[in-house]
Amino acid sequence: MTDQITGAQSLVRSLERAGVDVVFGIPGGAILPAYDPLMDSTQVRHILTRHEQGAGHAAEGYAAATGRVGVCMATSGPGATNLVTPIADAYMDSVPIVAITGQVPSAAIGTDAFQEADIRGITMPITKHNFLVTDPAEIPSAVAAAFHIAATGRPGPVLVDIAKDALQARTGFAWPEQIDLPGYRPVTRPHAKQVREAARMIVEAKRPVLYVGGGVIRAGAHAELRRLAELTGIPVTTTLMARGAFPDSHPLHLGMPGMHGTVAAVGALQKSDLIIALGARFDDRVTGRLDTFAPDAAVIHADIDPAEIGKNRTADVPIVGDAREVIADLVAAVTAEHEAGRAGDYAEWVAQLDRMKATYPLGYDHPADGTLSPQYVIERLGQIAGPEAVIAAGVGQHQMWAAQFIGYELPGTWLNSGGAGTMGYAVPAAMGAKVGRPDANVWAVDGDGCFQMTNQELVTCAINEIPIKVALINNSSLGMVRQWQTLFYESRYSNTDLHSHRIPDFVKLADAYGCHGLRCESPEQVDATIEKAMGLDDAPVVIDFVVHKDAMVWPMVAAGASNDDIKFARDLAPTWDREE
Amino acid sequence: MTRHTLSVLVEDQPGVLARISALFSRRGFNIESLAVGPTEVEGVSRITIVVAVEDQPLEQVTKQLNKLINVLKIVELEPESSVGRELVLVKVRADQETRSDVLQIADVFRAKVVDVALETVTMEITGSRDKTEALLRILEPFGIKELAQSGIVAIGRGPRSISDRALRPAERSA
Repeated sequence: MTDQITGAQSLVRSLERAGVDVVFGIPGGAILPAYDPLMDSTQVRHILTRHEQGAGHAAEGYAAATGRVGVCMATSGPGATNLVTPIADAYMDSVPIVAITGQVPSAAIGTDAFQEADIRGITMPITKHNFLVTDPAEIPSAVAAAFHIAATGRPGPVLVDIAKDALQARTGFAWPEQIDLPGYRPVTRPHAKQVREAARMIVEAKRPVLYVGGGVIRAGAHAELRRLAELTGIPVTTTLMARGAFPDSHPLHLGMPGMHGTVAAVGALQKSDLIIALGARFDDRVTGRLDTFAPDAAVIHADIDPAEIGKNRTADVPIVGDAREVIADLVAAVTAEHEAGRAGDYAEWVAQLDRMKATYPLGYDHPADGTLSPQYVIERLGQIAGPEAVIAAGVGQHQMWAAQFIGYELPGTWLNSGGAGTMGYAVPAAMGAKVGRPDANVWAVDGDGCFQMTNQELVTCAINEIPIKVALINNSSLGMVRQWQTLFYESRYSNTDLHSHRIPDFVKLADAYGCHGLRCESPEQVDATIEKAMGLDDAPVVIDFVVHKDAMVWPMVAAGASNDDIKFARDLAPTWDREE
Repeated sequence: MTRHTLSVLVEDQPGVLARISALFSRRGFNIESLAVGPTEVEGVSRITIVVAVEDQPLEQVTKQLNKLINVLKIVELEPESSVGRELVLVKVRADQETRSDVLQIADVFRAKVVDVALETVTMEITGSRDKTEALLRILEPFGIKELAQSGIVAIGRGPRSISDRALRPAERSA
C-alpha cells in the first residue's frame, strides 16, 4: 500500500494502469467523485458525450476499430440504464468494453434511493461479468479484472459499478501483479488431435467452404486465414461480422452468406460437404431454417467459446481455441497432409461456384424516374473513400447495402451492430473509431431512422474536433421494415414513413450542430459531393443523400425460410441445382 | 425428460446464485431443487441443482454456466455413482385415535419425531427423494398440515473429491 488516496483517485490511477487513453461518458451525482481526479489525469482523456448510449457505442467503435478495450462511464440510475443498449450490443458482437458506473452510497443500496438502479442485476445477462464495489480497497483489483476479462478469451463487455462512498473514502492503492480468477481460464491453444482430424477432413472433402465469422477479426487472424485459403484453395465466405477478414477482391471470396448474402456464398454453404466454421456461431440470419441448412455438410467448428460449439449445429470436429492459433495450426496440419501426398481437389467445386458468382452477381437497378439509388451512393462511397476508410453502419437496408456494395480489404474497417441490430449505432461508433484511429478516414453510413436516434453525438464530434463523415441514406422511411411490409404485409405501410424528406432538414440540423451539411439528390452529384466531403476536415460532415424509397435489399432469404429458397430479386430464385 | 443432478462449485461471491438461477430461467428450465452450502475449501460454495431436462439442452446450460467467472467447476452426479439426500420436516394431523399409527409409520421409515402436540406429530426424515416421497404418500391420508423440504444435496461415491481438483487449471473441454 502506498500513500493514502481517495477511492476516486484509485479508480483513475487504475484506469491509467490499465492503459486507458480515452473514456467516453457523462458525469452525475453518484460518479461525481471520480470526475474530479479525472480532470487532472494527463493520460486519460474524457470525452463528454450527449447521451450515455452514445458513450457506450463510442467505446464499442473505439474497440472495434483498434482492438483495444473501449471505456465508457456513467452515473447511477438512468445514466447506467442508458448504457444497457450498448452493453447488450457489445455482448452480442463480442466487443471488449469496460463500463464504469457510479452507484448510490452503499448504505442506500436497496432503499430505492434517488437515481438508484440495480445495474449489476440488470446487466447480469448482457455482460461477460460485472462487479459491484463497495470497498475502496477493491477498486484496483476489480478494474484490473474487468480489463482482463473484457479483452481475453471471447471478448465482451464488463461493468464495474462503484458505490459513491467507496469513491469518497480514503484507501491505499495496490495494483494487482497478477489477476486471480480461478474460474476463468479461457482455452486458446487448440487440441492438436482435433486439428489433425480437421486437416484430414479438409483434404478429403470435395466441396469444402470456409465460413468465417467475427471471431477471426477479434483474434486478428486475417493473415492466417489468407494463408489457409490460398494453401488449400478453399472458397471463403465472410459473415456480416467478418467483412474485411478476407479481401473482397480475392478470387476465392464468395462474399457474405446469410439472409442478404450473395447467391454464391449462400449456395456454397448450402451445397458443401464440409463447412469449416472459424469464429462463427451459426446465427439464424446465416443458417436460415436450421433443419435445412447445409444438409450434406460435415462441420469443423472452431471457436474460443466452447458454448458456441454444437449450440445450433452439431460439430463433427469441435476445436476450442483462439482463431489465430487454430488457423495457424490448421495451416501446419494441412501442409503436413500435402507433404504426405494428400491434397484436396476442389477444382470442379470452385468452377461451379465461380459460375454461380458470375451468373448471380450482386446488383441493383437505377430508379426509372432518375432519382437516386441508395446502392449506387454506397457503392460510389466505397470506391471513392477507398479500402483504408473505416465504415460504421447503422441497422437496416443501408447496413446491408454497405456490407454488400463496399469492398472491404482490411480487418477493422467495417463496424456494425450485427447480433443486436441496434439502430443508432453508427454515429457514436464512428466517433469512437475516429478517436481511436485519428488518422483514418471514418464514415458513418446511416439511415434517416437510425440517425435520428443518436445524432446528438455530432455535437460531441464538433466540439471535440472529431471530424467524422456521415453518409445519410435518407429514404424517408424505416426502410427495412418497409421492405418487409412490401413483401409480407401487402404493402400496408404501418408507421414506417418518417417524412424525413421534409422534416427535419438534415442540412440545417448539421449546421446547427456545428457540422458541414451537404445535400445530394441526383446520381450526377454523387461523386462531387463525396469528394467535397473528403476535403472538409475542420468539422464533421453530414451528407443528406435523398434516395429512392422503394429500393429493396436483394438477395433475400425470408425469415424462417430455408436457404434453398433464396431469391435474388423479387420472386426470382436462382437455378443452381441445374448446374450439378 | 430426465432428471439430472449438478454439483456446481462456485466462488463465495455476492450475486453468484442469481447469476446461476438466471441462466436456468432464461433457457426455460425449471429448477426442481437447489441447495447451497459451504465446502471444505474456504471461500468455495457448493450448489446442488436438480433439473429435469433433455441431455442436449443440459449440455448447453452447463457450458453457459462454465462461462460464469465465479463458477469453478460443474460435475453431473450420476445416480448410480453418487448419494443424494434431502431433509423433510412434516407436521401430520394425529389425534388420540391416529397417533399410534402415525408414530408407527415414522418408526418404519426411520423418521425422527421432533415434536408432539395434542393434534399433531412433527417428524424429520432424511433420505433419497424416493424414500421421502414414499413417506409423504403414506402420511397423506392422515392430513399433512405443513411441509418443509430442503433441496437435495449430493456427493459422489468413492475416494475422490470434486473440490480438490477444482482449483487446478481447467482441462480442455474439446
